Amino acid sequence: MDETLLRSLTPSVLAILVRRGADFAAAEDAVQDALVEAIRVWPADPPRDAKGWLVTVAWRKFLDRTRADAARRRREELVDEEPTPGPGPAVDDTLQLYFLCAHPSLTPSSAIALTLRAVGGLTTRQIAQAYLVPETTMAQRISRAKRTVAGVRFDQPGDVATVLRVLYLVFNEGYSGDVDLAAEAIRLTRQLAARVDHPEVAGLLALMLLHHARRAARTAPDGSLVPLAEQDRGRWDTDAIAEGIAILQAALARDRLGEFQAQAAIAALHADAPTAEETDWVQIVEWYDELTRLTDNPIVRLNRAVAVGEADGPRAGLAALAALDASLPRHAAVAAYLHERDGDLPTAARLYAEAAHKAPNLAERDHLTRQAARLNARP
Amino acid sequence: MAKYLLLKHYRGAPAAVNDVPMDQWTPEEISAHVQYMNDFAARLEKTGEFVDGQALAPEGAWVRYDGEGRPPVTDGPFAETKDLIAGWMVIDVDSYERAVELAGELSAAPGAGGKPIHEWLEVRPFLTAPPTITQCPHT
Repeated sequence: MDETLLRSLTPSVLAILVRRGADFAAAEDAVQDALVEAIRVWPADPPRDAKGWLVTVAWRKFLDRTRADAARRRREELVDEEPTPGPGPAVDDTLQLYFLCAHPSLTPSSAIALTLRAVGGLTTRQIAQAYLVPETTMAQRISRAKRTVAGVRFDQPGDVATVLRVLYLVFNEGYSGDVDLAAEAIRLTRQLAARVDHPEVAGLLALMLLHHARRAARTAPDGSLVPLAEQDRGRWDTDAIAEGIAILQAALARDRLGEFQAQAAIAALHADAPTAEETDWVQIVEWYDELTRLTDNPIVRLNRAVAVGEADGPRAGLAALAALDASLPRHAAVAAYLHERDGDLPTAARLYAEAAHKAPNLAERDHLTRQAARLNARP
Repeated sequence: MAKYLLLKHYRGAPAAVNDVPMDQWTPEEISAHVQYMNDFAARLEKTGEFVDGQALAPEGAWVRYDGEGRPPVTDGPFAETKDLIAGWMVIDVDSYERAVELAGELSAAPGAGGKPIHEWLEVRPFLTAPPTITQCPHT
């Protein structure tokens, strides 16, 4: 049984229950129950109409739950009659679910958890494993998130930008557990892109595809990071790169530039270079200038300094770096790299060690420590 | 989201404001303290921010490898060891500010005279997995 296909039906099934009058929180629980039942029953007895089966079972689960809860007696009377389908949906139900689960009243972690469950169809256990927290904690996070959005009208138009931020976070932190969160983020962004015509949605999808394409080459068998310049480009996923570039080009052609499109453009220039030496750093600097105009983010300026160092030489890079706050994350790592390129190896070694000390994750720390050790070990 | 370790020390932290050893509290004050700690953990479970919490015995041993074919050497405890961990709590929160806020609340646990202990707690971020979209210029 294709579990991803099954999970892709989640949002539309959930939306049908909500349209029939079920409240969001109860409907979401019922859909989860139906998914679990499908995983149990379908391998031996696959239904002809998968979605119809899920709607029927989820609706029955919802009624069972409602009946079992004496305190909800009144709601039962409300919904136990044959449901009226209501007027044809003026808005896309699945899209509305994305908006609800990324509602601005939710904290990022709550929005992520709710999106993965209600839109992605993942179980609480899978989400808990992915984020390395106990299942009870994740269950509480999800039910709290549902209470937070309980008063939000389902047909309210939402802000695509909030949804994109949530999907970006899922992708960017997606590493652990038996669920591939990066792949899941791509699936959810693809599903969103099919429903909403917005160049930044396309931009984010392109950005994800272009980074995902390099994933196999980014890590050595021992788990250590392989820098972009040293990656085996033969291991990049050329299909994903081609798709990412095509999506990006179509988005850019609409002349409504945004942050994700600009980031994707930079990723595309890296992906396009047959060798590290052939990277078009001049164009990359131009895109960083665009990004700086779009978001005045110091991290962008830091990365721009690296690009300037490649395009115009390490001295120019160091000059760009000098204008930035030295307390920025990864400032020491950038300085170390530029000093090494400039031939000042003792300074570079010292800065690599300092950068390792400040590294926010283990892989980067080990990588930077190795850089310091490499320079310290020179004859 | 990020995980933080809140560390409580038997020894090694700067002195608390209300710095009276626990064996000199009244039994009621001890009960109130234990209740506060339990309630704190329960509240974090409800907010979906609790990961783990454990207390450690004050007595421990030092162990080290002693060469091929030999059993490990054990020694200690050493009185001169400056740092002694009493217990920890792991939280999973949206920001560093939230981690500090929670550590502040934990430090307000009641002690002697029913007054907050104001003890110093150490807040240490976990090293995470590297982000997929790297911000590191070398990768």
